[in-house]
Amino acid sequence: MSLSETFKSLTSKPAHVVSGVGERIGDLPKVSRWSLIGVFIISLYLMPWWPKVPVLGWIVDTPGTSFEGVITDKVVIYVLVALGLNVVVGLAGLLDLGYVGFYAVGAYTVGILSSQHANLPWLVCVPIAVVVSMLAGVILGTPTLRLRGDYLAIVTLGFGEIIRISANNAEWLGGSRGISKIAKPPNIGPLKFGILDAKPYFFLGLTVIIVVVFLLRRLENSRVGRSWNAVREDEDAAELMGVNTFKFKLWAFAIGAAIGGLAGTLYAGKVRFINPSNFPLQLSILFLAAVVLGGTGNMWGAILGGAVVAWMPERFRGFADKRVFVFGVALVLVMVFRPQGLIPRKIRKERWLANWGPGASARQSAEEVSRG
Amino acid sequence: MSDWLIYRTFWDLTVTGVALGSIYALVALGYTLVYGVLRLINFAHSEIFMVGTFATLITATNFIGIPLLEEGNYPYRTGFTLIAILLACIVGGMVVSGAGAVLLERVAYRPLRGSGEPVGAVVLAFATAFTVSLVFTETTRVNFIIGLVFTAPLAILYLRIFRRGRQAPRLAFLISAIGASTAIAEAVAIWSPRDREQYQTPRVLEKKVLFEFFGTDVRIDYVLVIVGALLMMSALVLFVNRTRLGRGVRAVAQDVETAKILGVNVDFVILVTFLLGGVMAGAAAMMFTLVYDQTRFNIGFLLGVKSFTAAVLGGIGNLRGALLGGLVLGLGENYGAAIFGGEWKDVIAFVLLLVVLMFRPTGILGESLAKARV
Repeated sequence: MSLSETFKSLTSKPAHVVSGVGERIGDLPKVSRWSLIGVFIISLYLMPWWPKVPVLGWIVDTPGTSFEGVITDKVVIYVLVALGLNVVVGLAGLLDLGYVGFYAVGAYTVGILSSQHANLPWLVCVPIAVVVSMLAGVILGTPTLRLRGDYLAIVTLGFGEIIRISANNAEWLGGSRGISKIAKPPNIGPLKFGILDAKPYFFLGLTVIIVVVFLLRRLENSRVGRSWNAVREDEDAAELMGVNTFKFKLWAFAIGAAIGGLAGTLYAGKVRFINPSNFPLQLSILFLAAVVLGGTGNMWGAILGGAVVAWMPERFRGFADKRVFVFGVALVLVMVFRPQGLIPRKIRKERWLANWGPGASARQSAEEVSRG
Repeated sequence: MSDWLIYRTFWDLTVTGVALGSIYALVALGYTLVYGVLRLINFAHSEIFMVGTFATLITATNFIGIPLLEEGNYPYRTGFTLIAILLACIVGGMVVSGAGAVLLERVAYRPLRGSGEPVGAVVLAFATAFTVSLVFTETTRVNFIIGLVFTAPLAILYLRIFRRGRQAPRLAFLISAIGASTAIAEAVAIWSPRDREQYQTPRVLEKKVLFEFFGTDVRIDYVLVIVGALLMMSALVLFVNRTRLGRGVRAVAQDVETAKILGVNVDFVILVTFLLGGVMAGAAAMMFTLVYDQTRFNIGFLLGVKSFTAAVLGGIGNLRGALLGGLVLGLGENYGAAIFGGEWKDVIAFVLLLVVLMFRPTGILGESLAKARV
């Protein structure tokens, strides 16, 4: 397929395609599709050099602070956190206002195991931290997931505060001084994880994000993903249809917590110094804002939302102390004019019918026959 | 040792706990009312409270003209003057908070409910132009003028968009509330004369010991807070249970669609609900400054979270539950802080909530503003 044909099929609207960029890309032949995705991913890896590109550079560059620093310290972390929180809020429909708790658990586990009480290398700490965060999710989820909606919100909010205050008060966890000299990721070939160059951390973070996106996509289209859909849309109906709602809600909580913890380990490995004031309650709210701003339940929305929420205040540093105000006004405006978020989740009815509706299996086998 | 400490200060803790709990309860009423009617956590309610504390401060210092200190002493007043000042302050707080809550509803919530809303459109239009103008200049006066110039055309545009009338998902309300809450707190922090610093409020009431209660001195400000809160709450309960408008509130809480069919003006009822919540928060704000003599732009956040906890603890949507929840939280926090140390105070509040919800998943008294479903 020639380049112009690729372009044509992306811009024109074939009759059988419902809508959306994703479906158009999915509709391309395999070669074009994968090369497009490849170009996209490579351009993401080139992000540290974006400010040097003429027009793009003017838009994205963050005056007054290093762009590299912003994308490694904030954008990557927020995107990862938003992806995790999207599982809980967007896919399973559970309102979690204390997500920063899991992020803190991840960061603190690395801190304790690599500096405070042991000297394990970062790579060993990460899986342990992920498991510990997951356990924290299960421990919090088991008693609270029987509660509904807004009760869950306030309880999770409390959980986030409990984690932060406990870290502040317990000397074993470093108290209010926090933990310093946390292990950094090991050098991989030419990638040296030092203090001066932020790029290796960015590449690491981006790679983690891509892996997580890939895994979540598989999950979303699996039995688990469908159960989450059912629970979110109507919990009673799902229960009636034989979905073990509690089990799947707990899974959503655990998986979300694990991703939050993973983000925490990246953060701890980058800044190498954490203290309780890094994990305020407001951060939870910012994370939730990222998910909803992007489009609840849509992974691409969560990614965009996380990036925007992390980057925007830095971009407008010219506002100095007014940027938080600007952020607040912007949140209201986005919600008023795009209540479904920047990239809303599309309920693709036609596609759903084709896959799961009456006669779906017959149609699918017919398609397989026609493909040869 | 610590047992002895508890025994000695038990009644002391009880008195302060009840006073603190009364403030929680008053703020919690705002959360509970809005939740009962709209099923919405009004996240910005805490900022309505904060604005109320500033309104009290401005009423006392700018309108009545009480200085912070008079020749090195607190500006104590007595007798009728004192009562008049306190009443003026509480009314100031209630009016500003009530108006703030109504404005909040029209700007941050009503457009999301899909009703064409001129006030919201105008305020949002101004906010947009003002915020965008911050990119070009830092001079507040210029920002203000730019904001005003572009308000009219933008407002017309916004109104057209609002008229399309879509119902936003529930989470959108929450985020809009969070945005509004951030914007309000930051606006106060940026554009108040002393920025982010703490403000002292004039102490007009001499905090004399009124009487002894099991060997504990009970100060007059505590008594005023407790009595005042009880009065406000009784008035609110009477209003919701006995008046025609109160019946409207209960009807909408029960079933919006049916209430609409039966001729209840739903938008007006929602407005009244916000107004009531705001007025209660304003009263709480004045009582807060009475006890603590200070305020700050970020004072609302933690108190708001605690009050919402109190509302959930008692059973959200339930007016008496808000009172009970507030008192349980205030007392529990105080006793807990005495046993485990003050630094664990907030943890105790949330653990208390967790424990109560595990055994009574809809709060101590259950949800009942509407004989509610979940």
